[in-house]
Amino acid sequence: MARITAGVTTSHVPAIGAAIDQGRTSEPYWAPMFAGYEFSKRWMAEHTPDVVILVYNDHASAFSLDIVPTFAIGCAEIFPPADEGWGPRPVPAVHGHPALAAHITQSVIQQDFDLTFVHKMDVDHGLTVPLSLLFGGPREWPCRVIPLAVNVVLYPPPSGRRCYALGKALRQAVETFDEDLDVQVWGTGGMSHQLQGARAGLINRSWDNAFIERLINEPDELAQTPHIEYVREAGSEGIELVMWLIMRGALAEKVTTTHRFYHVAASNTAVGHLILDNAK
Amino acid sequence: MSLHKPYADVPGTTIFDADQARKGYHLNQFCMSLMKAENRARFKADERAYLDEWPMSEEQKQAMLARDYSRLIELGGNIYFLAKVFSTDGLSYLQAVSTMTGMSVEEYRNMMLAGGRSIEGNRYVGEKK
Repeated sequence: MARITAGVTTSHVPAIGAAIDQGRTSEPYWAPMFAGYEFSKRWMAEHTPDVVILVYNDHASAFSLDIVPTFAIGCAEIFPPADEGWGPRPVPAVHGHPALAAHITQSVIQQDFDLTFVHKMDVDHGLTVPLSLLFGGPREWPCRVIPLAVNVVLYPPPSGRRCYALGKALRQAVETFDEDLDVQVWGTGGMSHQLQGARAGLINRSWDNAFIERLINEPDELAQTPHIEYVREAGSEGIELVMWLIMRGALAEKVTTTHRFYHVAASNTAVGHLILDNAK
Repeated sequence: MSLHKPYADVPGTTIFDADQARKGYHLNQFCMSLMKAENRARFKADERAYLDEWPMSEEQKQAMLARDYSRLIELGGNIYFLAKVFSTDGLSYLQAVSTMTGMSVEEYRNMMLAGGRSIEGNRYVGEKK
């Protein structure tokens, strides 16, 4: 049977992708941030899963204002990198896992989550920056990736509670898939940041670190946090953090923290990163 | 019943909700058209003519020509859509976002390196630091 072995969270700032693509990772501005992922890349090389379910948000790339699905799952064989206005990132196309994605879709919808089935979808920095951070720059990504796009652009996103419950439904779905697969769930986005208005540049270090702590140890309570608290305390774009709760919901009640990293700032954003081992 | 907006008292912040999305529909769809290289080339060649192909308000077009991002956000724009415009201009998020703060790019970048804008005094309109 398929099983979820680990959860990963990471921010997915576009400037991180640009720094990687332009070979600027050792510059003084970037070096301290990339240092936080050195352990992770080594760990990932030793624990490469068969499939990553990658929870991220589309930043007006695959979905225009014509259609904004709250939860969308990529069921295709291949997902090309998106052109976000400066040409597509020079990274490999992402190969999906259509059989597992179809199984998840069926299972999760029957658990009352109305996922939108997507076959054709370009994937933007929200999905490809985490892959670069954890896998480096291979010619092909070393595993299959199922994109799970969450609307956090058009307010309101799904609640933290709903995201956490979706994680639990994902776990149920994965564990009933017949093939023997090592699956990781990644939750991306955040941490505190605001990209608009006079309050742009907002960072809330203590709130972010409390969020990480509670995500690990008391996710049930954390999931009750209302949207307005994210907006007020972590910035209008910090609300992306609800996606981390999908990852957490997919793991067991008790997890082991393999790696924890926090850094201010990458571009406009506080970077947070976790690897959680899904204790047996 | 109108939309409940508990975020209305967050200072310096416009939440991109359904009301804003309705105002900004054509503006944001124009932005997305710049995801194609040939459209970027046409836009760069004659911005006004390209904008006139979209049923945007004159206010939105003027704000776009001026790259007045604060105004564009007020008029229904969303930063992830507007990103297609400043990417076309060769600007990063940091460079574009800083223009909404009244700080120079350098001042803004230094603020971020020093830990970012403090949350203290920035939760509510009128909150004391």
